[in-house]
Order: sequence, then C-alpha cells, then structure tokens
Amino acid sequence: MNHKIKSIIPQLLTLLFVVAVIGFFTINAQLNMDERGIDFGYGFLNQESSFDVQFSLIEYDGSHSYAKAYLVGLLNTILVSVLGIIFCTIIGVIIGIARLSPNYLIRNTAAWYVEFFRNVPLLLQIFFWYYAALRALPLPENTEPLFGVTYLTVKGYYIPRLIWENFDILIYSILAAIISIMFIRNYARKLQEEKGQQLPVLLISVGLLLAFPAITFVTGMVQLEVALPVLKQLSKTSFIYAEGLSVPPELLALVLALSLYTATFVAECVRAGVQGVSKGQKEAAASVGLTPNQILKLVIMPQALRIIIPPTTNQYLNLTKNSSLAAAIAYPDLVLVFAGTALMQTGRAIEIVSITMLTYLTLSLAISLLMNWYNKKIAIKEK
Amino acid sequence: MININLLKPSSANFQTYLYIGSGLIFISIFDVILRSFFNINFSNSLPGILNFFLPLIIGLVGFQMIRLEYSGNRIVDKINQSVNNNTFNAGLTLLIIFLTLLIIPPASNWMIFEATISGDTKEACVATEGACWTYIKVWFRRFMYGMYPNDFHWRINTAFIFLIGFAFVGYFMRGKLKNYITFYYAILYPIIAFLIINFLISGGSFGLEWVETNAWGGLSLTFIVSFFGLIFCFPLGMILALGRRSELPVIRYISIGYIEFWRGVPLITVLFMSSVMFPMFLPSDAFVDKLIRVIAAIILFEAAYVAEVIRGGLQALPRGQYDAAKSLGMGYWKMQIFVILPQALKLVIPGIANTFLALVKDTPLIFVVGLSEVVGMLQMAKTNPKWLGYAMEGYIFASILFWAICYAMSRYSQYLELKYKTER
Repeated sequence: MNHKIKSIIPQLLTLLFVVAVIGFFTINAQLNMDERGIDFGYGFLNQESSFDVQFSLIEYDGSHSYAKAYLVGLLNTILVSVLGIIFCTIIGVIIGIARLSPNYLIRNTAAWYVEFFRNVPLLLQIFFWYYAALRALPLPENTEPLFGVTYLTVKGYYIPRLIWENFDILIYSILAAIISIMFIRNYARKLQEEKGQQLPVLLISVGLLLAFPAITFVTGMVQLEVALPVLKQLSKTSFIYAEGLSVPPELLALVLALSLYTATFVAECVRAGVQGVSKGQKEAAASVGLTPNQILKLVIMPQALRIIIPPTTNQYLNLTKNSSLAAAIAYPDLVLVFAGTALMQTGRAIEIVSITMLTYLTLSLAISLLMNWYNKKIAIKEK
Repeated sequence: MININLLKPSSANFQTYLYIGSGLIFISIFDVILRSFFNINFSNSLPGILNFFLPLIIGLVGFQMIRLEYSGNRIVDKINQSVNNNTFNAGLTLLIIFLTLLIIPPASNWMIFEATISGDTKEACVATEGACWTYIKVWFRRFMYGMYPNDFHWRINTAFIFLIGFAFVGYFMRGKLKNYITFYYAILYPIIAFLIINFLISGGSFGLEWVETNAWGGLSLTFIVSFFGLIFCFPLGMILALGRRSELPVIRYISIGYIEFWRGVPLITVLFMSSVMFPMFLPSDAFVDKLIRVIAAIILFEAAYVAEVIRGGLQALPRGQYDAAKSLGMGYWKMQIFVILPQALKLVIPGIANTFLALVKDTPLIFVVGLSEVVGMLQMAKTNPKWLGYAMEGYIFASILFWAICYAMSRYSQYLELKYKTER
C-alpha cells in the first residue's frame, strides 16, 4: 500500500503541473483572442493569399489560397532537403573514407575539412555562399559555359531543360525493368542455392534498366527534346538565359551550405562505422578465399552499415530541420512563405506556427520511420 | 628470363632509380611553383591537355620509380608508406600538393600582401585589390558589443570579468565548503550571473543608465545567450533524462512527449513561436523581455537534446550499479545523485560538449526575432551604404571567430574526457 502511494503521488503532481501550465496558457490565449476579436480556426486557409512567391515547383500566384501557398513552401522545403541529403551523403562518404586513407596528406586534408566546416555556424556558411561567394560570379552576358551547355551566373545556374513526350510510358518501362530484375534476382538466388551456379545479376540488371527505356525510344513511343539555355536580352543592360531550367542562387547557396556542413557529420559516422568492423572479419573473409570486392560487398559493408545508418539518419533529420534557415536568405521555404509572409498578412500566430511545427514534426517522424524500417531490414538476423 | 620493366625499381638498381625519380618529382613541383608564383610556363608549346597535366604525369612517373617495398633508406620508406603506396594514392598526393601551391599565391596576396588595414574610411581600401581589413577595424566595436552605446562598453567588460571570476570560486572551495559546490553552481551561480547582467549590462539603477535589450548585440550577446543556455539547459535536460528512464508511466510519457516534440521541430520555428505566439499565451498585461523569451526558448529546445545524450549515458551503465546502490539501502534520489549520475555524466562528456557546441553555433538564429549578435551585426554592416562590397572580409572574420571558440571548446571537452576517465 505504502509503495503504491509513493509511486502515485509524484505522478499526480507532475500531471497536475503539466495540466496547470497548459491550462494557464489556453485560458490566456482565449482571453487575448477575445480581446483582439480574433476567433481561433483554420478557415483562413481557403482565403485568397494575394502574395507572390519567387520560386515554386507548382503553379502558384496571388489568386490561390493560403493552403496552396503552404504546399508551395512545403515542396520547396522538401526539394532542398532531398538535394541536400543526396549531396551530403556523397561528400560525406568520400570524406569519411578519405579520413581512413593510408595516405597521410589525404587523411589530414579530410580531417581539416571536417574540423573547419563543423565549427562554423551553418547560418554563417549560408550567408557566405549567398552574399559573398555566389555574388562574385559573372553576369549572364559575360559567363563562359560550364560543361558546354550550363551557365553558372550571378543570377542563378542555368541548365538545359528536358522536354519529354509521353513521359509516363518511360516511367512504366522503368517500372517493368525493375520488376523483371526482381524476378531474375529471385531466380538467381534459387539457382545458387540449389545448383551453386552464379548468374551475373548486376550485369543483367543494368542491361535491363538500359534496354527497356531504350526500346521505347527506338520505337518512337517516347521522345525527348533538350532545350538549351539561350542568352536573352530583357532590357538594355539586363540579360538572362531563357528556355533552359534556372536554379535560383538562393537554392544553390542553401544546398551548398547544407550539404557541406552536414557532410562533416556524415563523414564522422562513416568513419566510425568502417572502423567499427573488426579487422578479424576482413582477414577471415580473405582466408575463406573471397575476392577484395566480395569482402567489401558481403562482409564489410553489411556490418559497417548497421553502425552507420542510425546516426546518419539523425543527420538527415538535422539537415531537414536546418533547411528552415532558408528564411534568412529569402528562399521561399515553408518557414518563409507560411510562418513569415502568411503569418504577417493574417496575424494568426497560433494556427500558423502550430501547423508549421507539426509539419516539421511529421517530416522528422516520417524520415526516422523510413530509416528505422531500413535499419531493421539490414540488421543481423540472429538464429 | 629477364623481366624488363622500366618503371619498376629493384633493390639492385634502386640508387639510380631514386635519383631519377626524386629528380622528376622535384621537377614537377618546381614546374607548378613556376606556374603559380611567377606565371612562367615552360611547356607552352605542347598541346593544351598535355600542357595542363604535364607536372602530374612527370610526378607520377617519379613516384612510380621510387616505390619499393623495402629500400633500406628510412626517409624513402616513410614516404612510400605514407603517401606513395600505390599509383592512385601517389596521384592524390600530387594533386593535393599542386592545389595547395596553386591556391597559396592568390589567397595570401588577397589576405595579406595586398590588403589594407590603415585609415578609417572606405577610401583607404579603394586603391587595392586585396582584402579590406579596415572595414573590420572600423566596425570591430559593433561586432563585439552591437549597438550598445560606446561610452558604456566598460559595463559589459566588467560584467564578463565578474562572471568569469565567480565561475572560478569553485576552485577555492576547500574543506567543508566543498560539499556545497554543486549547490553553488546549480543554483547560486545562475542567480548571481543574472543579477550581474541585470544590474551592470541592463542598468537602470545605481546611477547606471538603462540600455534596452534591442541595443545589445555582437559577440557579447552571443556569450550571454549561450551562457544562460548552457547553465540552464543542463539541469533541465538531466531531469528529463531521468524522467524518461523513470518507472512511473505518467512521468515517462510526459518526458518522452516533451523530448520528441522539441527534437522534431527546427529551432527557427521555436524562436518564431517565442516571438509571435508566446505573448498570446500570457496575460495581456504581462510583459516578458524579448531576450528572455529567446533564451527561454533556446533552453527548452536544447534541454531535449541534452536529455537524449544523458539518457545514453544512463543506459550504458551496467545494471549492477543500480542493484548495488539499492542493496546499500539508498533511495531513488540518493542513488541517482551519488552513484548513477556521476558515472553516467562522465561517460557522456563528448556528447554534452557537442550539444553545447551546437547551442553556440545556433545563437546566430536569434536574428529571426530582431536581435543581432555577430552574424546579425555583419548583415547590418554589409548593407551600410558607406561600406558596400566587403561582405567577404566580414564573413571570414566571423568564421575565424566562431571556429576559434568552437575549436577551443571541443579541445577543452577532450581534456575533460581524459581527466575524468576512469578504468573500469
């Protein structure tokens, strides 16, 4: 009895405290809103937003609703996060492996990279790229082409645009290729288990992935046109590149800063993971007669990945959350469009901030669920 | 059978190969030095690509020629082992050397030889191509103290001296006083710090003029925000970590909810919340200063991260420690304070240091509520019509500043880790 009371009282007190705090805030919010004559509700989402957004993946202008503005911001946030995650993984893996290199110079260069980029605030790095580095680029009319067809200018990065005809057929052909690859892999595994024969699965898969879409091109079902950026004069002194796709400098600066910064953390995760696999594993695999490639693919990587993935997931989450710094250089992400402009116009602080926070919470949870699923899939299945 | 391989040395003819090889490497490096420092290019007559890659090719051949498993020469063996163990590594080595040689002249010219630091106006910088450190010199006080009135900067300085002084009081606590050291740092010191900052920096009494928090800024504001962030988020995080490990379900779920919520949202939205949403949650006549709201938001946010780090330490302790403490008849709090937490905290020093570093690096975000510390002041200086066009210098200055602070902190944490390392 005594023990039971002892465990109930602190719980009750905590609960009371939390309820009291929340209650205090709610009552005050109610009173304040009554005073100012605003009523709580999400109806404003359907109203006309009447503001424009610089850069949008979907069609949007001032006549659309606040809900659509929210979607524009959300898509821009996702775009930055996905690009950042891709690049930070590539850079991070390279730097992480470089830190383990037997070459003294490479090892130390990588270490200095990590030491430097990790210890400078991300916001400062974003500002550096946006206001200092990218501003030093030439004007469109003076730009030399990069890789022949792209133009890196102060007004953005202009790349060729791909114009597809019957794009859906191409997608279907790729899907068909993937499905047939899955069948072939199953068949190959069966063959190996039953007869010990090995099929060149990788070669066949790449071949199929190339062959299926190629057939659609050859038969003329899918057509592709490339629109190259062409210099166009807007006024006497102002030039841009038309026709092609333009990546705004805000996006460029943001992706650069986010991926260079997060790559340092990813690199440390990769290094820890590879170092975490004991040397004996490699030696044992070699003594069984596996080739170096097989050792890496079948022995080292599966074990290292188990160590690497959980902390790397955290870094991806951080990158997604850090992408909200976009607001500082006026890249129209969720925070700038919704928690900035829309909030300023409607004055609905509680609703808008709560939606924004919930969105990030959902994004975080989604990424971590996805990664947990993947992590579980590659975890050692002990018998 | 005679195996003829021109590039492969053997121990018999190694001496010759060594001379030729190191000669070639030397030539390749010399060529790059000539190209970058003196703008002389000897291989101009060759076709473009060959001309461009010539030093790399010569250097690679040179490295190839001195590569031998065991040569007997200590220096050559060391080089072979560390930078020349295969062709790929040799190529990367050369690339890094060449890149450094190519970057040094323009970078040092810009930063040192052609830079200006004299004068007090922009005119001093117009003539040169290099960096304009005059800009940093003129704005230095702003970067350090923000818009705080120039005459009162001594107040900030004295306040910081006092803060550091009181922080060292713990070293002089001997004997009986030593028992109160935790009490001093956890409760007394934050109160003293708040009073010092309130009376000295904020002013308004004792004949000191009132300076509103909007005028605070620069590096001193970074220090103030991170200082209060550090001393408050640590105890809060500790309580949350214990709560998450608690056996009482209500406390555990509340802690989990709190931690997961704050870890799932970006700091910038939290700061938004503190500036636009929080005033709605208070009675309409209550007023909380912007700076205090921001610091509170940062504390609540970082506490969740600290909690997760400490939880890692708690989980790493073997069960035996808990059982041993209980079998000695210790209650929950006695067990946590005297047995569990000291060991757990020792384990997580690196993690805590990382969280604190993240906190310091996050302080620039307070720009969203209109407070400007170093980075904010940079943005302000950059848009000043008298000083347009010197953004680069400002960012380099701030990067070095932050890098130094964070590097020092991470070194200190490594020192602490070593100091408190105990054999198990």
